[in-house]
Amino acid sequence: MSDVGDDVSQVPLLSVRDLGVVFPGGEDGDVPAVRGVAYDLAPGEVLGIVGESGSGKSVSSLAVMGLLPRNARVTGSVRLRGVELLGRPDGELARIRGNDIAMVFQDPLSALTPVYTVGDQIAETIRIHQRLAAGPATQRAVELLDSVGIPNAAQRAKAFPHEFSGGMRQRVMIAMAIANDPDVLIADEPTTALDVTIQAQVLELLETARQLTNAATVMITHDLGVVAGIADRVLVMYAGKAVEQGPVGPVYAAPRMPYTIGLLGSVPRLDRPGQTLTPISGSPPNVSRLEPGCPFASRCPVVLPVCREVEPELTPTAVGSAACHRADEIVDGSIDGVPVFPPPVLAQARGLVARTERPAVLEVREVTKRFDITRGAVMRRKVGSVSAVDGVSFDIREGEALGLVGESGSGKTTTIMEVLSLQAPAEGSIVVHGKDVAGLGRRERKELRRDIQVVFQDPLSSLDPRLPVGDIIDEPLRSFDVPRAERAARVGELLRLVGLAPEHANRYPADFSGGQRQRIGIARALALEPKLLVLDEPVSALDVSIQAGVLNLLEDLKVRLGLAYLFVAHDLSVVRHIADRVAVMYLGRLVEVGDADDIFERPTHPYTQALLSAVPIPDPVAERQRERILVRGDLPDPANLPSGCRFRSRCPLFVELEPGQQQRCAEEDPALVEHVPGLASACHFARERTVVPG
Amino acid sequence: MGRFLLKRLANYVVLVVVATTLAYIVASLALNPRSTYEGRNPPPPAAVVEQQLTAYGVNDKDPLLGRYADWIGGVVLHGDFGQTVRGQDINDQLGSRALVSLRLLVLGSIIGAVVGVLAGVVSAIKKYKVTDRAITAYSFFFIATPVFFTAVLLKFGALSVNDAVGSTVLYYTGYETPNLQAGFWGHVADQVGHLILPTLSIALGQIAYFSRYQRNAMLDVMNSDFLRTAEAKGLTRRKALYKHGLRTALIPMATLLAYSFGTLAVGATFTEKIFGWHGMGEWLVDSITSQDINVVATVTLFTAVFILISGFLADVIYAVLDPRVRV
Repeated sequence: MSDVGDDVSQVPLLSVRDLGVVFPGGEDGDVPAVRGVAYDLAPGEVLGIVGESGSGKSVSSLAVMGLLPRNARVTGSVRLRGVELLGRPDGELARIRGNDIAMVFQDPLSALTPVYTVGDQIAETIRIHQRLAAGPATQRAVELLDSVGIPNAAQRAKAFPHEFSGGMRQRVMIAMAIANDPDVLIADEPTTALDVTIQAQVLELLETARQLTNAATVMITHDLGVVAGIADRVLVMYAGKAVEQGPVGPVYAAPRMPYTIGLLGSVPRLDRPGQTLTPISGSPPNVSRLEPGCPFASRCPVVLPVCREVEPELTPTAVGSAACHRADEIVDGSIDGVPVFPPPVLAQARGLVARTERPAVLEVREVTKRFDITRGAVMRRKVGSVSAVDGVSFDIREGEALGLVGESGSGKTTTIMEVLSLQAPAEGSIVVHGKDVAGLGRRERKELRRDIQVVFQDPLSSLDPRLPVGDIIDEPLRSFDVPRAERAARVGELLRLVGLAPEHANRYPADFSGGQRQRIGIARALALEPKLLVLDEPVSALDVSIQAGVLNLLEDLKVRLGLAYLFVAHDLSVVRHIADRVAVMYLGRLVEVGDADDIFERPTHPYTQALLSAVPIPDPVAERQRERILVRGDLPDPANLPSGCRFRSRCPLFVELEPGQQQRCAEEDPALVEHVPGLASACHFARERTVVPG
Repeated sequence: MGRFLLKRLANYVVLVVVATTLAYIVASLALNPRSTYEGRNPPPPAAVVEQQLTAYGVNDKDPLLGRYADWIGGVVLHGDFGQTVRGQDINDQLGSRALVSLRLLVLGSIIGAVVGVLAGVVSAIKKYKVTDRAITAYSFFFIATPVFFTAVLLKFGALSVNDAVGSTVLYYTGYETPNLQAGFWGHVADQVGHLILPTLSIALGQIAYFSRYQRNAMLDVMNSDFLRTAEAKGLTRRKALYKHGLRTALIPMATLLAYSFGTLAVGATFTEKIFGWHGMGEWLVDSITSQDINVVATVTLFTAVFILISGFLADVIYAVLDPRVRV
């Protein structure tokens, strides 16, 4: 077999053909994780691979790198400049890995060896492939750290991975990946664990790295917005197979495969707040027990009999290729003018009374929560304190959803924990339904719990795995001594309310998919007919196609039951979709509060502007025209805050100000005041700015 | 870091004092040195017995705290551990017995640790293969078998080896042949011959024990992301496993290794008894049967100090291996 093609200039840089990966011996037999993936990459090109968890997108890239466990059976062909890589011994592949093909992994904390300094780890990468003495290699590592934007690179090179923040660690990973000037760079969910602000920084860095090395990039992600922003071509994976492929613009504008249409329709968008999401019903199939026919058939709204018999091949369409029997019929997401995914009918908001007329469900006034810093093991003494929440005030009116947003570490969770405890805060006051929690006795406090219920982030760990679903939902009723007969009826009613069936009451949480489990969590929270639901990242653990269904449910319930929500989420698109009002937090303070439309359309605080501009929009045209406002660096150490305005050290506006104005920021802590009607913002130089295209 | 270690050291010293004090008091209350004298034939005059017991500091008619103060004062001020119930100097025996024990333990522990760690690593890498199963079977056998059984088995094995060779290659009593006239190398060969079986009886168990722990630690690391990164950088699987994997998997082992060495100090009693080595473990058991308070307290002190050193060593090794605890 000849490994090299006739003319090297004619062969693609990386060519993957008919790639298949089988993991033998799963619970249900062999697991065909990848079932035929093919793509070509040219130098400098960016390919986005999109799919939900379990779609095989990461496995296919690990197969290219030869990093799968030994027992995995890999078939097909992977050629780098015409040279076959599959089936080579580890020793030969090792010479290619890190040199010709480099990889950036998802979680940079666990992906760096904890016991070596980052400088040593980068130097090691260099020395594996280049004949370089230890000294020059370390020197080169410092240069690389500097080029990826690590301040004080020479000193930081001697630090260990745990001494870096998540964003900085990802920069280290990228420095390591570009150390040997690779031809192909594979980034596996490189920004998934990061805040949007840091995600924007890392994506920009990846783009710079690509320009520096002219490496072809494979970007694996579940985020359609990220792909829209940086990829030239996109490959959509479902159940181990590529189901649609083509240039990003046309595929996003006119997808031909119903799965792609569903995926695009189920993502909440910052730029289209009113649009109803179209969730995909069901959940992805178990690849080790695939039925004959199209793997998407069971979830496809336009399924034909043939779809259940013959699995469609990836066939060329006008712009790319799609694996669907009806690809030719689909025009603009519709067949004969009827949308493939018809938008579901949700309860519409009734003509509401003005918000000031409605009673407040929750009032939070000047609440502060401090954590002491102590020193000494035997004689513990307080040496200072950190305020996780510092003088936060907001209220939620009946039937209103307040979205609390901000980076991790901004104090969102501490705030809702203070509210949920129903205890008097150390400073400030919390009033629920006009009752100050400080004056409550034991019994009254329990009674008040009826009115505030919570839905947690991870539905698997927040439901007791040993209780049947019926008992889980029943438990709050039992603790409030609701009669037995009433309870049974109520459980069935609640299950129906969240889109499940009363028969499900006898099953256990493990029998349900992620989306269904979150519905169970919501049903439990609704059991006592609360007025306020506290939702802590309720959809962040779910895949997009599932997330849409839960969001629709929440939207529907809010109107039908007149619920108020306190909604915490790091995904601003989700907040945009569901919230009526938004409060933006930074380092324990509220920096901007107002109606959702105002905050998203004409934010005045530079932090809000930066947050919003960092959120990618799944629209290649709009996304590429946007101007990014990047915040610099990471959150400062809360024990050592900058003087004056806390945001000063990272503020994009601050650097543009006159020295006199800068002095004001450095000396005077800005108060939260209304600079424009209806929008309070804590900035001396607040001014409106549109950052989300309309 | 230095401050942290100093603090730990201070803690350990307190523990040593507590352990020794308790041991002395308990031994004084439980043991009856008087019986050694009263049982003699002909019985010595009562006044002589009293005088002797008081002289050795073990007379139960003297106040306990006073006796303890005398003994601990002697230890701290003069390094004098007092006398045995038969009037011999404890100091004379302590040195030689400690050396005998250490010779046995240091070698056994080092072999146990090194081979155990390697066996664990191999076992993890060859998970569920024949090698892994063999090592696992070996481990379970020796973990389940008490050391006196292993030692007796080894004795039988040695007998048949000696029979097969036709001369005594493996010795199973004592740590040297008394009155041997064989020159320097002859002595070395003789001592090695004596050392093999007891060392094996300790090492076999330790290997079994450590290999299980190391196997688990290694398996944890083998699924870790950083190992995949190391391979993605261009290291071969094998190199990544040793340079990044084993290095990290050794961290939890440091504590285990150090402490097990410490607890062995007296724990090798069976081995010493069976092979006729006059070490610390044997001494402890003998002194209890001979109602010897001072020796019990001395051996306890020795053990406590040994564990102190091991604990301190564990802290230092841990800090050296894991940058995350260096503060």
